Amino acid sequence: MNVPAAISVTGLRVARGGRRVLHDLDFAVPAGTVTGLLGPSGCGKTTLIRAVVGVQIVEGGAVDVLGMPAGSPPLRARVGYVTQAPSVYGDLTVAENLRYFARVLDAGPERVEEVIATVRLDEHAGQVTRSLSGGQRARVSLATALLGRPELLVLDEPTVGLDPVLRRDLWDFFHDLAESGTTLLVSSHVMDEAGRCDELLLMREGRLVAAESPASLRERTGEDDLEAAFLALVEREQAPA
Amino acid sequence: MSPRIAGATAWRVLAQLRRDPRTIALLLVVPPLLITLLRYVFAGDEAGFDRVAGPLVGIFPFTTMFIVTSIAMLRERTSGTLERLLTMPMAKLDLLAGYALAFALVAAAQASLTAAVAFGLLDLDVAGSTALVVALAVANAILGMALGLFVSAFATTEFQAVQFMPALVLPQLLLCGLFVPREDMSAGLEAASNALPLTYAFDALQRVTVGGALGGRGALDVAVIAGVTLLALALGAATLRRRTG
Repeated sequence: MNVPAAISVTGLRVARGGRRVLHDLDFAVPAGTVTGLLGPSGCGKTTLIRAVVGVQIVEGGAVDVLGMPAGSPPLRARVGYVTQAPSVYGDLTVAENLRYFARVLDAGPERVEEVIATVRLDEHAGQVTRSLSGGQRARVSLATALLGRPELLVLDEPTVGLDPVLRRDLWDFFHDLAESGTTLLVSSHVMDEAGRCDELLLMREGRLVAAESPASLRERTGEDDLEAAFLALVEREQAPA
Repeated sequence: MSPRIAGATAWRVLAQLRRDPRTIALLLVVPPLLITLLRYVFAGDEAGFDRVAGPLVGIFPFTTMFIVTSIAMLRERTSGTLERLLTMPMAKLDLLAGYALAFALVAAAQASLTAAVAFGLLDLDVAGSTALVVALAVANAILGMALGLFVSAFATTEFQAVQFMPALVLPQLLLCGLFVPREDMSAGLEAASNALPLTYAFDALQRVTVGGALGGRGALDVAVIAGVTLLALALGAATLRRRTG
């Protein structure tokens, strides 16, 4: 496959609070794929995602997104970002939140209806966001990121706390988006979501353990289960040379 | 800078406020009640009431908008919505202008209601134009908003943010000349009051309420208020970081 990279990272180093949290990362995310960023909690996934979106102060290295340095002003209209904690206004209704962000992004009012339907919140459109469940609030946050039809969608743990049916539907929706040309970078700390991705970035303690497709990971480790494959890689790395 | 985004932001801030009717009630009812209380405190001393209450009509919005804005901006920072907005095609100025517009409208309502009660019901007598007092009140409110926005960057909790009111606003109130004429203060305190923006707000109000007109000196006061507002907004904008550690 020779797909242009939507994200290309070389030698990325990030320090937080005087401690190195990302160590010389190199990888590329092919355009039009659903790429999973997986690893245990605290391994640096959010920091990496923030560097891709361009909101993280980095120590060194280069992060290129859609052909320009991460955080460049033109990217603000082309990259959608969903933080782990839903960043929406709790005292506004679902529709009010989306109408406001739609005005900021210059998306039409019909787009608000569309994204509300996409995340299945039609029945809650008039409800104050604070009164929704955690999973519903997360979907309002996701809907906000969809408003501007971004070319790259970066999602930090979007499926935490969702019921299994909704989780499956969201993953299907991510693949529909990818088929229409959107690139998705989705983080998760649950290894059973790895199988739903086209490409995987496995992280541990601020380093990349693997950057390949689930099939190639299974083949390389001889493990069918992706969690077992992850463990095999970690053990192989720790074994004395 | 985009009028569309600034306007949408002002509308959003007002929509949030609408969800909090108790705050609206407090914003609108407390200043007229305080002026009423003051009327009874001064009882038979009508000249005393006129001297103090006239300028106070224009100073209440400064203090309330200072607190309201510092809390509102702190919430914007801690809820992640600020970071989200800054990853969108939005200029920092759009956000600041949106807040300024929304709170200027609230301040205009607050000052008009306070003025209506003071001038209409309590027979507050001022030498100059009452409309000018309301206009100065709105200008002071925007000054308070700009300062509140800036200091919100130095608070990490709402407890800290509310403490900025007694820490930063009360000293200005004590030194501005309302309690003791500035020329009667010690040289050190008078010099300190020269450096505080509320001094100029009070001076302009006093020129209108007692002197009858702004005059050249009063126009200079207004210029200082405008300058400090712009400076605080610029400093506030500098605290809105697109990239953080």
